[in-house]
Amino acid sequence: MHKLYISKDYSSVAVGADEVALVVEKEASSRSIPLSIIRTGSYGLYWLEPLVEVQLEGTKRVAYGPVKPEDVRPLFESGFLNGGDHPLFIGDVQEHPYLKRQKRLIFERMGRLEPLSLDAYVEMGGFRGLKNALEWGQNRVIDEVTKSGLRGRGGAGFPTGIKWKTTWLAPSSQKYIVCNADEGDSGTFSDRMVMEGDPFLLIEGMMIAGFAVGANKGYIYLRSEYPLAYEILNKAIDICKQKGYLGSKLFGTSFSFDLEVYLGAGAYICGEETALLDSLEGKRGMVRPRPPLPAVKGLWGQPTVINNVITLASVPWILSYGGDAYARFGVNRSKGTLPVQLSGNLKYPGLVEVPFGISLKELIYEFGGGTRTGKPLKAIQIGGPLGPYLPESLLDIPLDYEELSKIKGIVGHGGIVAFDDSVNLAHMAHYAMEFCAEESCGKCTPCRIGSTRGMELMEKIIWGKGSRKDLELLFELCDTMINASLCGLGGMTPFPVLSALRYFPEDFGYSKQDIVAFATTN
Amino acid sequence: MDQKIEDLLAFYSTKPNGLIPFYHKVQEELGYIPKEFIPQIASSFNLSQAEVYGVLTFYADFRTQPPGKNILRICRAEACQSNGCHKLIKKAKEALRIDFGQTSADGQVTLLPTFCFGNCANGPSVSLNGKLYGRVDVQKMEKLIASIQQCYA
Ligand SMILES: Cc1cc2nc3c(=O)[nH]c(=O)nc-3n(C[C@H](O)[C@H](O)[C@H](O)COP(=O)(O)O)c2cc1C
Ligand code: SF4
Ligand code: FES
Repeated sequence: MHKLYISKDYSSVAVGADEVALVVEKEASSRSIPLSIIRTGSYGLYWLEPLVEVQLEGTKRVAYGPVKPEDVRPLFESGFLNGGDHPLFIGDVQEHPYLKRQKRLIFERMGRLEPLSLDAYVEMGGFRGLKNALEWGQNRVIDEVTKSGLRGRGGAGFPTGIKWKTTWLAPSSQKYIVCNADEGDSGTFSDRMVMEGDPFLLIEGMMIAGFAVGANKGYIYLRSEYPLAYEILNKAIDICKQKGYLGSKLFGTSFSFDLEVYLGAGAYICGEETALLDSLEGKRGMVRPRPPLPAVKGLWGQPTVINNVITLASVPWILSYGGDAYARFGVNRSKGTLPVQLSGNLKYPGLVEVPFGISLKELIYEFGGGTRTGKPLKAIQIGGPLGPYLPESLLDIPLDYEELSKIKGIVGHGGIVAFDDSVNLAHMAHYAMEFCAEESCGKCTPCRIGSTRGMELMEKIIWGKGSRKDLELLFELCDTMINASLCGLGGMTPFPVLSALRYFPEDFGYSKQDIVAFATTN
Repeated sequence: MDQKIEDLLAFYSTKPNGLIPFYHKVQEELGYIPKEFIPQIASSFNLSQAEVYGVLTFYADFRTQPPGKNILRICRAEACQSNGCHKLIKKAKEALRIDFGQTSADGQVTLLPTFCFGNCANGPSVSLNGKLYGRVDVQKMEKLIASIQQCYA
């Protein structure tokens, strides 16, 4: 019996993984070759998807990709089931430089196992973190997470240990763990990959968080754009309930934990934690003023830990190997690894988990391979739609929260989108304002009105009718948005706009001199 | 409101946060959420009509008008833009003679924008009736549109 592995991840299926699996099955049955296809998550070498891995004798696997349905017959003819030579031959994926150069802590199992096989998960080290946690007790769990230096991967980069401690100390008999799985940023997909490709990892992370702070109920707030993640998470939760991994008095302790998936409905702002809470309570997703912090007064007024998917998925590793081991990766105050998502105009787009400290240049060129179109790279946007556009000349910057913030950059959710020289940054700046206007929750004026005014100004400028006065107005508007908005949507939309103006003034019809006058204040 | 929707209403109105899941279910059943339901929803959930209507209109997923028989979504976020989604948008709008948010005159296709499917590495991304397509170029877009039109030719 031959064993094959083909990804079932949403993005792999979008480029034909299901069709390829079907054709492989048909071709095999017409040749009377017995085989079984295991549908895995994706390694994240997306330019190679659909990737077909073949199990050879022993544990060795070799891969072929990207496979189109019409490649399947020639693959059979070249004996790929025994590792035969073919132009699509990749070899052992684990030895592929793209994977080998990474440091995979969170994604170590990704692509290798069947997402819904609890046995496979446990066999590959799953639930070791939780076992340790239950043995060590709450104090030490929070201590290890604090020592690890783990910071929230959802955007703000807030230390996770401190957040947990706050909720732990908050007096209440009912506390919640909420997983922020809204992943709204363009150019990001690592949350999706975890939920689809290794769902028990997220569940384990949430259980550890629940145990640490004394919460017995968790919610995963999932965006509706991820139907496969919804299906897989629900199945994974059911499996855990059946096998006694979720429920009351788990593993003979007094710890109980219950988990539910809650589906969003197409609102970017619901990724912001307080808007998320309102939405999770069944209301419009409006941002709440802070304080109080959700850690003290969150879901239905109870102490609530809100963490991003990747933050929670980092926790089992930390609890397995210890906070110090995790903190040995990374630099300065940016500890551990970050799953960086490379997309846009790149030859090799995909998921790259690396320790902090790697330069953006390495990510773009050594992993990403430069532009797909072969034209010069003009700009990258880092940190999602609220992140700045950076020119090539700044790419020596290391991936590091503090270093990036020196140039008004953000790590955000770890997404990097590349653009070649056909991009017009004035159009992208206009788009940023449009996005903000579209997605504004409407609670505060700088964002609600400012984004629309910003769009109008940009339109005037793009049509070549922008005067110096308009430029002045635009800077003033950005200033107001940054300083007077209630949340990051209005407060950060000026980042892409101002960076575009600063580094690419020609695209707006201005000269460097025009901008310099304002550069000091912004 | 038919029996099935009544049952859903009875079930979800007992939950403290059931309104959004209820809307998802109704839309799954009917394709949209009729505004006529609002008074009954409000009284079952013990909320004001304004609150119920407020939630309904806040979220991009929910609609109060029946959509076309087919739903075509095109991602227009940055990563897809950098790979040329503008061309796909232009093609779709021309071929269907509608703008985003509209339904073709024959009621066959509703065209909607999306801000990211999480398929950014394999963009540009388009979805037709929930099935996602990656690395879509203009030819593939034409084929997708033709495949819908064949269905109702
Ligand atoms: C406009 C806006 C959108 C956000 N979207 C997300 C999101 O999609 N996913 C996410 O995890 N965090 C998002 N955040 C950050 C959250 O508010 C919050 O900081 C995070 O969920 C906390 O978890 P962490 O500490 O694990 O990062 C967003 C913030 C803002 C201001
Ligand atoms: S900045 Fe925008 S999204 Fe944030 S609270 Fe104000 S109006 Fe709402
Ligand atoms: S930007 Fe289009 S799928 Fe993410």
